[in-house]
Amino acid sequence: MTWDNNFALQILPDLLRGLWITIQATFAGTAIALVLGLVVAIIRYVHIPVVSQVFGFYVQFIRGTPLVVQAYAAFFILPDYGVVLSPLVTGIIVLGVNYSAYMAEVYRAGIEDVDKGQWEAATALSLPKAPTWIRVILPQAFRLVVPMLGNYWIQMFKDSAILSLITMTELLFVGQTIGSNQYRYLEPLTLVGVLFLAISYPAAVLVRRLEKGLASSQ
Amino acid sequence: MSTLIEYLPLLLDGLIVTLELLVVGAALALVVAFTAGLARLSRHALIRGPAYVFIEVFRGTSIIVQLFWVFFVLPTALGIELPPFLVGVLILSLNEGAYAAEIVRSAIKSRPVTQTEACIALGLRPFTRMRRVLIPQSIPAMLPGFGNVLIDLLKNSALCSTVTVIELTRVATIIRDNTGETTTVFLMLLVVYFVLSVLLSMGMGVLERRFAISPTARPQKRQLFTLFRGGVRV
Repeated sequence: MTWDNNFALQILPDLLRGLWITIQATFAGTAIALVLGLVVAIIRYVHIPVVSQVFGFYVQFIRGTPLVVQAYAAFFILPDYGVVLSPLVTGIIVLGVNYSAYMAEVYRAGIEDVDKGQWEAATALSLPKAPTWIRVILPQAFRLVVPMLGNYWIQMFKDSAILSLITMTELLFVGQTIGSNQYRYLEPLTLVGVLFLAISYPAAVLVRRLEKGLASSQ
Repeated sequence: MSTLIEYLPLLLDGLIVTLELLVVGAALALVVAFTAGLARLSRHALIRGPAYVFIEVFRGTSIIVQLFWVFFVLPTALGIELPPFLVGVLILSLNEGAYAAEIVRSAIKSRPVTQTEACIALGLRPFTRMRRVLIPQSIPAMLPGFGNVLIDLLKNSALCSTVTVIELTRVATIIRDNTGETTTVFLMLLVVYFVLSVLLSMGMGVLERRFAISPTARPQKRQLFTLFRGGVRV
Protein backbone atom coordinates (compact mmCIF):
# COMPACT_ATOMS: atom_id res chain seq x y z
CA MET A 1 0.00 0.00 0.00
CA THR A 2 1.46 3.35 -0.97
CA TRP A 3 0.66 6.89 0.03
CA ASP A 4 -2.52 8.24 -1.61
CA ASN A 5 -2.53 12.04 -1.86
CA ASN A 6 -6.21 12.28 -2.75
CA PHE A 7 -7.24 10.21 0.25
CA ALA A 8 -4.98 12.30 2.49
CA LEU A 9 -6.52 15.55 1.21
CA GLN A 10 -10.00 14.13 1.55
CA ILE A 11 -9.58 13.28 5.26
CA LEU A 12 -7.63 16.43 6.18
CA PRO A 13 -10.69 18.58 7.05
CA ASP A 14 -11.94 15.96 9.53
CA LEU A 15 -8.49 15.68 11.08
CA LEU A 16 -8.23 19.46 11.40
CA ARG A 17 -11.58 19.48 13.22
CA GLY A 18 -10.09 16.87 15.57
CA LEU A 19 -7.02 19.04 16.05
CA TRP A 20 -9.26 21.97 16.96
CA ILE A 21 -10.89 19.85 19.71
CA THR A 22 -7.41 18.86 20.91
CA ILE A 23 -6.36 22.51 21.13
CA GLN A 24 -9.56 23.56 22.91
CA ALA A 25 -9.23 20.71 25.41
CA THR A 26 -5.62 21.69 26.04
CA PHE A 27 -6.51 25.32 26.78
CA ALA A 28 -9.43 24.31 29.02
CA GLY A 29 -7.19 21.80 30.82
CA THR A 30 -4.50 24.48 31.25
CA ALA A 31 -7.03 26.85 32.82
CA ILE A 32 -8.13 24.21 35.35
CA ALA A 33 -4.53 23.25 36.11
CA LEU A 34 -3.53 26.89 36.67
CA VAL A 35 -6.31 27.58 39.18
CA LEU A 36 -6.34 24.22 40.94
CA GLY A 37 -2.54 24.09 41.05
CA LEU A 38 -2.41 27.50 42.73
CA VAL A 39 -4.96 26.45 45.37
CA VAL A 40 -3.04 23.23 46.07
CA ALA A 41 0.31 25.05 46.25
CA ILE A 42 -0.98 27.69 48.70
CA ILE A 43 -2.69 25.11 50.94
CA ARG A 44 0.52 23.09 51.03
CA TYR A 45 2.59 26.19 51.79
CA VAL A 46 0.55 27.53 54.69
CA HIS A 47 0.92 24.26 56.66
CA ILE A 48 -2.57 23.53 57.89
CA PRO A 49 -2.14 20.30 59.88
CA VAL A 50 -3.47 17.21 58.07
CA VAL A 51 -4.97 19.24 55.19
CA SER A 52 -1.55 20.23 53.84
CA GLN A 53 -0.36 16.63 54.10
CA VAL A 54 -3.43 15.40 52.27
CA PHE A 55 -2.72 17.80 49.41
CA GLY A 56 0.94 16.77 49.45
CA PHE A 57 -0.19 13.20 48.99
CA TYR A 58 -2.57 14.33 46.22
CA VAL A 59 0.36 15.82 44.29
CA GLN A 60 2.55 12.73 44.68
CA PHE A 61 -0.23 10.27 43.96
CA ILE A 62 -1.27 11.99 40.73
CA ARG A 63 2.33 12.30 39.57
CA GLY A 64 3.03 8.67 40.41
CA THR A 65 0.17 7.16 38.41
CA PRO A 66 -0.43 7.00 34.63
CA LEU A 67 -2.75 9.55 33.02
CA VAL A 68 -4.45 6.78 31.06
CA VAL A 69 -5.41 4.93 34.25
CA GLN A 70 -6.67 8.17 35.79
CA ALA A 71 -8.76 8.73 32.66
CA TYR A 72 -10.20 5.20 32.77
CA ALA A 73 -10.94 5.56 36.48
CA ALA A 74 -12.80 8.85 35.97
CA PHE A 75 -14.60 7.65 32.87
CA PHE A 76 -15.80 4.32 34.27
CA ILE A 77 -16.18 5.01 37.99
CA LEU A 78 -18.03 8.38 37.95
CA PRO A 79 -21.15 7.09 36.11
CA ASP A 80 -21.50 4.37 38.81
CA TYR A 81 -22.08 7.16 41.30
CA GLY A 82 -24.53 9.05 39.12
CA VAL A 83 -22.05 11.56 37.70
CA VAL A 84 -22.60 11.38 33.95
CA LEU A 85 -20.32 13.68 31.94
CA SER A 86 -19.50 13.79 28.25
CA PRO A 87 -16.14 12.30 27.20
CA LEU A 88 -14.94 15.82 26.34
CA VAL A 89 -15.75 17.22 29.79
CA THR A 90 -14.34 14.13 31.55
CA GLY A 91 -11.18 14.40 29.46
CA ILE A 92 -10.70 18.09 30.20
CA ILE A 93 -11.20 17.54 33.94
CA VAL A 94 -8.74 14.61 33.97
CA LEU A 95 -6.14 16.68 32.08
CA GLY A 96 -6.67 19.69 34.35
CA VAL A 97 -6.51 17.68 37.58
CA ASN A 98 -3.47 15.71 36.37
CA TYR A 99 -1.53 18.84 35.44
CA SER A 100 -2.63 20.71 38.57
CA ALA A 101 -0.30 18.41 40.49
CA TYR A 102 2.61 19.46 38.26
CA MET A 103 1.61 23.13 38.31
CA ALA A 104 1.39 23.02 42.11
CA GLU A 105 5.08 22.07 42.20
CA VAL A 106 5.94 24.92 39.83
CA TYR A 107 4.01 27.41 41.97
CA ARG A 108 5.69 26.02 45.07
CA ALA A 109 9.12 26.59 43.54
CA GLY A 110 8.01 30.10 42.57
CA ILE A 111 6.68 30.89 46.06
CA GLU A 112 9.77 29.51 47.78
CA ASP A 113 11.92 31.58 45.42
CA VAL A 114 10.43 34.84 46.75
CA ASP A 115 12.87 36.51 49.15
CA LYS A 116 12.10 36.04 52.84
CA GLY A 117 12.50 39.79 53.29
CA GLN A 118 9.29 40.27 51.31
CA TRP A 119 7.32 38.35 53.96
CA GLU A 120 9.06 40.27 56.73
CA ALA A 121 8.38 43.61 55.04
CA ALA A 122 4.70 42.69 54.69
CA THR A 123 4.59 41.80 58.40
CA ALA A 124 6.42 45.03 59.33
CA LEU A 125 3.80 47.02 57.40
CA SER A 126 1.13 44.92 59.15
CA LEU A 127 -0.31 43.97 55.82
CA PRO A 128 -3.08 41.37 56.28
CA LYS A 129 -2.56 37.83 54.97
CA ALA A 130 -4.68 38.09 51.82
CA PRO A 131 -3.08 41.26 50.37
CA THR A 132 0.35 39.87 51.26
CA TRP A 133 -0.34 36.87 49.04
CA ILE A 134 -2.20 38.68 46.27
CA ARG A 135 -0.21 41.92 46.02
CA VAL A 136 3.28 40.88 47.14
CA ILE A 137 4.12 37.18 47.00
CA LEU A 138 2.16 35.77 44.05
CA PRO A 139 3.10 38.45 41.47
CA GLN A 140 6.76 37.68 42.17
CA ALA A 141 6.17 33.93 42.19
CA PHE A 142 4.50 34.10 38.77
CA ARG A 143 7.79 35.18 37.17
CA LEU A 144 8.99 31.61 37.55
CA VAL A 145 5.68 30.10 36.53
CA VAL A 146 5.27 31.85 33.18
CA PRO A 147 8.15 30.19 31.29
CA MET A 148 7.23 26.77 32.67
CA LEU A 149 3.65 27.26 31.55
CA GLY A 150 4.66 26.98 27.89
CA ASN A 151 6.40 23.67 28.55
CA TYR A 152 3.38 22.23 30.31
CA TRP A 153 1.03 23.45 27.59
CA ILE A 154 3.02 21.53 24.97
CA GLN A 155 3.17 18.42 27.11
CA MET A 156 -0.55 18.58 27.80
CA PHE A 157 -1.23 19.08 24.09
CA LYS A 158 0.54 15.79 23.35
CA ASP A 159 -0.91 13.96 26.34
CA SER A 160 -4.45 14.87 25.29
CA ALA A 161 -4.15 12.16 22.60
CA ILE A 162 -4.50 9.62 25.43
CA LEU A 163 -8.07 10.86 25.92
CA SER A 164 -9.03 9.27 22.59
CA LEU A 165 -9.15 6.07 24.69
CA ILE A 166 -12.16 7.43 26.58
CA THR A 167 -13.77 8.33 23.21
CA MET A 168 -13.05 12.04 23.26
CA THR A 169 -13.25 12.99 19.58
CA GLU A 170 -9.87 14.68 19.40
CA LEU A 171 -7.23 14.34 16.68
CA LEU A 172 -6.05 10.78 17.33
CA PHE A 173 -9.60 9.51 17.80
CA VAL A 174 -10.60 10.96 14.41
CA GLY A 175 -7.54 9.45 12.71
CA GLN A 176 -8.13 6.09 14.35
CA THR A 177 -11.81 6.07 13.36
CA ILE A 178 -11.02 6.90 9.73
CA GLY A 179 -8.37 4.18 9.75
CA SER A 180 -10.66 1.44 11.05
CA ASN A 181 -13.58 2.47 8.83
CA GLN A 182 -11.56 2.54 5.60
CA TYR A 183 -9.00 -0.02 6.73
CA ARG A 184 -6.33 2.44 5.58
CA TYR A 185 -4.14 3.53 8.46
CA LEU A 186 -1.13 4.95 6.62
CA GLU A 187 -2.52 8.38 5.70
CA PRO A 188 -4.71 9.13 8.77
CA LEU A 189 -2.21 8.06 11.43
CA THR A 190 0.77 9.63 9.64
CA LEU A 191 -1.14 12.91 9.29
CA VAL A 192 -2.08 12.75 12.98
CA GLY A 193 1.62 12.53 13.83
CA VAL A 194 2.51 15.33 11.41
CA LEU A 195 -0.20 17.61 12.81
CA PHE A 196 0.97 17.01 16.39
CA LEU A 197 4.52 17.80 15.32
CA ALA A 198 3.41 20.86 13.32
CA ILE A 199 2.10 22.48 16.51
CA SER A 200 4.42 21.11 19.19
CA TYR A 201 7.75 21.59 17.42
CA PRO A 202 7.41 25.33 16.63
CA ALA A 203 5.91 25.82 20.10
CA ALA A 204 8.88 24.05 21.71
CA VAL A 205 11.38 26.13 19.72
CA LEU A 206 9.53 29.29 20.75
CA VAL A 207 9.48 28.30 24.44
CA ARG A 208 13.18 27.45 24.38
CA ARG A 209 13.93 30.85 22.85
CA LEU A 210 11.81 32.62 25.46
CA GLU A 211 13.60 30.74 28.23
CA LYS A 212 16.97 31.71 26.83
CA GLY A 213 15.86 35.33 26.58
CA LEU A 214 14.55 35.32 30.16
CA ALA A 215 17.70 33.63 31.46
CA SER A 216 19.99 36.19 29.84
CA SER A 217 17.89 39.17 30.94
CA GLN A 218 18.11 38.20 34.61
CA MET B 1 -14.55 -8.41 46.58
CA SER B 2 -14.22 -12.17 47.12
CA THR B 3 -14.66 -12.74 43.40
CA LEU B 4 -11.61 -10.56 42.83
CA ILE B 5 -9.36 -12.93 44.80
CA GLU B 6 -9.49 -15.52 42.04
CA TYR B 7 -8.21 -12.95 39.57
CA LEU B 8 -5.11 -12.28 41.66
CA PRO B 9 -2.84 -14.66 39.69
CA LEU B 10 -3.91 -12.93 36.46
CA LEU B 11 -3.09 -9.55 37.97
CA LEU B 12 0.31 -10.87 39.01
CA ASP B 13 0.98 -12.02 35.42
CA GLY B 14 0.11 -8.51 34.25
CA LEU B 15 2.42 -6.99 36.81
CA ILE B 16 5.26 -9.20 35.56
CA VAL B 17 4.69 -8.09 31.96
CA THR B 18 4.66 -4.43 33.09
CA LEU B 19 7.96 -4.99 34.90
CA GLU B 20 9.38 -6.68 31.78
CA LEU B 21 8.35 -3.67 29.68
CA LEU B 22 9.96 -1.43 32.27
CA VAL B 23 13.28 -3.29 32.51
CA VAL B 24 13.78 -4.07 28.81
CA GLY B 25 12.46 -0.63 27.82
CA ALA B 26 14.77 1.15 30.25
CA ALA B 27 17.84 -0.83 29.14
CA LEU B 28 17.19 -0.08 25.47
CA ALA B 29 16.26 3.55 26.23
CA LEU B 30 19.67 3.96 27.86
CA VAL B 31 21.37 2.71 24.68
CA VAL B 32 19.20 5.04 22.55
CA ALA B 33 19.90 7.95 24.90
CA PHE B 34 23.68 7.64 24.73
CA THR B 35 23.71 6.94 20.99
CA ALA B 36 21.49 9.90 20.11
CA GLY B 37 22.84 12.17 22.84
CA LEU B 38 26.48 11.68 21.81
CA ALA B 39 25.56 11.94 18.13
CA ARG B 40 24.05 15.36 18.90
CA LEU B 41 27.46 16.46 20.20
CA SER B 42 29.30 15.29 17.08
CA ARG B 43 31.35 17.73 15.00
CA HIS B 44 29.91 16.29 11.78
CA ALA B 45 26.57 17.65 10.62
CA LEU B 46 25.80 14.31 8.97
CA ILE B 47 25.74 12.64 12.39
CA ARG B 48 24.30 15.58 14.32
CA GLY B 49 21.44 16.23 11.89
CA PRO B 50 19.72 12.82 11.90
CA ALA B 51 20.04 12.61 15.69
CA TYR B 52 18.35 16.02 15.99
CA VAL B 53 15.49 14.97 13.70
CA PHE B 54 15.05 11.68 15.58
CA ILE B 55 14.90 13.41 18.96
CA GLU B 56 12.52 16.16 17.84
CA VAL B 57 10.14 13.77 16.04
CA PHE B 58 9.89 11.39 18.98
CA ARG B 59 9.50 14.21 21.50
CA GLY B 60 7.15 16.22 19.31
CA THR B 61 4.49 13.56 18.76
CA SER B 62 2.56 11.70 21.44
CA ILE B 63 3.82 8.29 22.48
CA ILE B 64 0.35 6.86 21.92
CA VAL B 65 0.38 8.13 18.31
CA GLN B 66 3.74 6.41 17.82
CA LEU B 67 2.39 3.17 19.30
CA PHE B 68 -0.65 3.28 17.03
CA TRP B 69 1.49 4.08 14.00
CA VAL B 70 3.74 1.07 14.48
CA PHE B 71 0.82 -1.17 15.43
CA PHE B 72 -1.60 -0.21 12.64
CA VAL B 73 0.41 1.34 9.82
CA LEU B 74 3.37 -1.02 9.60
CA PRO B 75 1.26 -4.20 9.09
CA THR B 76 -1.25 -2.66 6.65
CA ALA B 77 1.12 -0.45 4.64
CA LEU B 78 4.38 -2.37 4.69
CA GLY B 79 3.36 -5.88 5.72
CA ILE B 80 5.60 -5.73 8.81
CA GLU B 81 3.77 -7.32 11.72
CA LEU B 82 5.59 -7.15 15.04
CA PRO B 83 4.46 -8.96 18.19
CA PRO B 84 2.65 -6.53 20.56
CA PHE B 85 5.30 -6.78 23.29
CA LEU B 86 7.99 -5.82 20.78
CA VAL B 87 5.94 -2.86 19.54
CA GLY B 88 5.61 -1.70 23.15
CA VAL B 89 9.27 -2.07 24.03
CA LEU B 90 10.38 -0.50 20.75
CA ILE B 91 8.29 2.66 21.12
CA LEU B 92 8.88 2.98 24.87
CA SER B 93 12.65 2.82 24.36
CA LEU B 94 12.71 5.15 21.34
CA ASN B 95 10.38 7.71 22.93
CA GLU B 96 11.92 7.75 26.41
CA GLY B 97 15.37 7.39 24.83
CA ALA B 98 14.76 10.62 22.90
CA TYR B 99 13.96 12.46 26.13
CA ALA B 100 16.95 10.89 27.89
CA ALA B 101 19.22 11.79 24.94
CA GLU B 102 18.66 15.47 25.72
CA ILE B 103 19.61 14.77 29.34
CA VAL B 104 22.83 13.06 28.19
CA ARG B 105 23.63 15.89 25.78
CA SER B 106 23.02 18.75 28.20
CA ALA B 107 24.86 17.01 31.06
CA ILE B 108 27.97 16.45 28.96
CA LYS B 109 27.77 19.90 27.41
CA SER B 110 27.59 21.58 30.79
CA ARG B 111 30.96 20.20 31.91
CA PRO B 112 33.46 23.07 32.33
CA VAL B 113 35.42 23.68 29.12
CA THR B 114 38.64 23.42 31.18
CA GLN B 115 38.10 19.65 31.39
CA THR B 116 38.23 19.43 27.59
CA GLU B 117 41.24 21.75 27.51
CA ALA B 118 43.07 19.63 30.09
CA CYS B 119 42.40 16.50 28.02
CA ILE B 120 43.78 18.19 24.92
CA ALA B 121 46.84 19.34 26.87
CA LEU B 122 47.38 15.74 28.01
CA GLY B 123 47.08 14.57 24.41
CA LEU B 124 44.01 12.39 24.97
CA ARG B 125 42.14 11.48 21.81
CA PRO B 126 38.53 12.71 21.55
CA PHE B 127 37.20 9.18 22.13
CA THR B 128 39.25 8.70 25.30
CA ARG B 129 38.35 12.19 26.44
CA MET B 130 34.67 11.32 26.19
CA ARG B 131 34.90 7.81 27.66
CA ARG B 132 37.34 8.39 30.52
CA VAL B 133 36.69 12.01 31.48
CA LEU B 134 33.53 13.74 30.25
CA ILE B 135 30.99 10.89 30.51
CA PRO B 136 32.02 9.66 33.99
CA GLN B 137 31.91 13.23 35.29
CA SER B 138 28.47 13.79 33.82
CA ILE B 139 26.76 10.72 35.29
CA PRO B 140 25.74 12.38 38.60
CA ALA B 141 24.14 15.26 36.66
CA MET B 142 22.22 12.78 34.50
CA LEU B 143 20.76 10.67 37.31
CA PRO B 144 17.90 12.95 38.46
CA GLY B 145 16.74 13.32 34.86
CA PHE B 146 17.04 9.59 34.26
CA GLY B 147 14.90 9.02 37.36
CA ASN B 148 12.12 11.13 35.87
CA VAL B 149 12.38 9.30 32.55
CA LEU B 150 12.22 5.94 34.33
CA ILE B 151 9.02 6.88 36.15
CA ASP B 152 7.58 8.19 32.88
CA LEU B 153 8.49 4.91 31.24
CA LEU B 154 6.57 3.04 33.92
CA LYS B 155 3.54 5.28 33.47
CA ASN B 156 3.68 5.12 29.68
CA SER B 157 3.95 1.33 29.77
CA ALA B 158 0.24 1.45 30.67
CA LEU B 159 -0.39 2.70 27.12
CA CYS B 160 0.94 -0.58 25.74
CA SER B 161 -2.43 -2.03 26.78
CA THR B 162 -3.88 -0.23 23.74
CA VAL B 163 -1.74 -2.30 21.38
CA THR B 164 -2.93 -5.54 23.05
CA VAL B 165 0.04 -6.13 25.34
CA ILE B 166 -1.46 -8.05 28.27
CA GLU B 167 0.16 -5.92 30.97
CA LEU B 168 -1.17 -4.58 34.24
CA THR B 169 -3.67 -2.05 32.84
CA ARG B 170 -4.96 -4.48 30.22
CA VAL B 171 -5.46 -7.17 32.86
CA ALA B 172 -7.28 -4.68 35.09
CA THR B 173 -9.71 -3.74 32.32
CA ILE B 174 -10.32 -7.44 31.61
CA ILE B 175 -11.05 -8.11 35.30
CA ARG B 176 -13.34 -5.10 35.39
CA ASP B 177 -15.26 -6.33 32.33
CA ASN B 178 -15.70 -9.78 33.93
CA THR B 179 -16.62 -8.73 37.45
CA GLY B 180 -18.13 -5.25 37.12
CA GLU B 181 -16.11 -4.20 40.20
CA THR B 182 -15.14 -0.94 38.50
CA THR B 183 -14.23 1.15 41.55
CA THR B 184 -12.20 -1.50 43.36
CA VAL B 185 -10.28 -2.59 40.28
CA PHE B 186 -9.27 0.88 39.07
CA LEU B 187 -8.41 2.20 42.54
CA MET B 188 -6.29 -0.89 43.12
CA LEU B 189 -4.59 -0.33 39.78
CA LEU B 190 -3.78 3.29 40.69
CA VAL B 191 -2.33 2.18 44.02
CA VAL B 192 -0.13 -0.47 42.36
CA TYR B 193 1.32 2.10 39.93
CA PHE B 194 1.82 4.57 42.75
CA VAL B 195 3.72 2.02 44.85
CA LEU B 196 5.90 1.12 41.86
CA SER B 197 6.68 4.82 41.21
CA VAL B 198 7.60 5.38 44.84
CA LEU B 199 9.89 2.33 44.79
CA LEU B 200 11.57 3.52 41.56
CA SER B 201 11.98 6.99 42.99
CA MET B 202 13.55 5.63 46.18
CA GLY B 203 15.88 3.42 44.12
CA MET B 204 17.03 6.41 42.10
CA GLY B 205 17.63 8.33 45.32
CA VAL B 206 19.98 5.56 46.48
CA LEU B 207 21.81 5.65 43.13
CA GLU B 208 22.15 9.43 43.28
CA ARG B 209 23.72 9.30 46.73
CA ARG B 210 25.99 6.46 45.62
CA PHE B 211 27.26 8.36 42.56
CA ALA B 212 27.49 11.82 44.14
CA ILE B 213 30.87 13.34 43.18
CA SER B 214 31.70 14.71 46.62
CA PRO B 215 29.98 14.27 49.99
CA THR B 216 29.08 17.97 50.01
CA ALA B 217 27.42 17.70 46.61
CA ARG B 218 25.04 15.05 47.89
CA PRO B 219 21.39 15.61 47.18
CA GLN B 220 19.42 16.58 50.24
CA LYS B 221 17.82 13.81 52.19
CA ARG B 222 14.33 13.57 50.82
CA GLN B 223 11.11 12.66 52.53
CA LEU B 224 8.92 9.92 51.16
CA PHE B 225 6.36 12.31 49.72
CA THR B 226 8.71 14.74 48.08
CA LEU B 227 10.33 12.04 46.01
CA PHE B 228 9.26 13.20 42.58
CA ARG B 229 10.83 16.26 41.09
CA GLY B 230 9.23 18.68 38.70
CA GLY B 231 10.90 17.36 35.59
CA VAL B 232 9.18 18.71 32.53
CA ARG B 233 9.41 16.81 29.31
CA VAL B 234 9.16 18.93 26.19
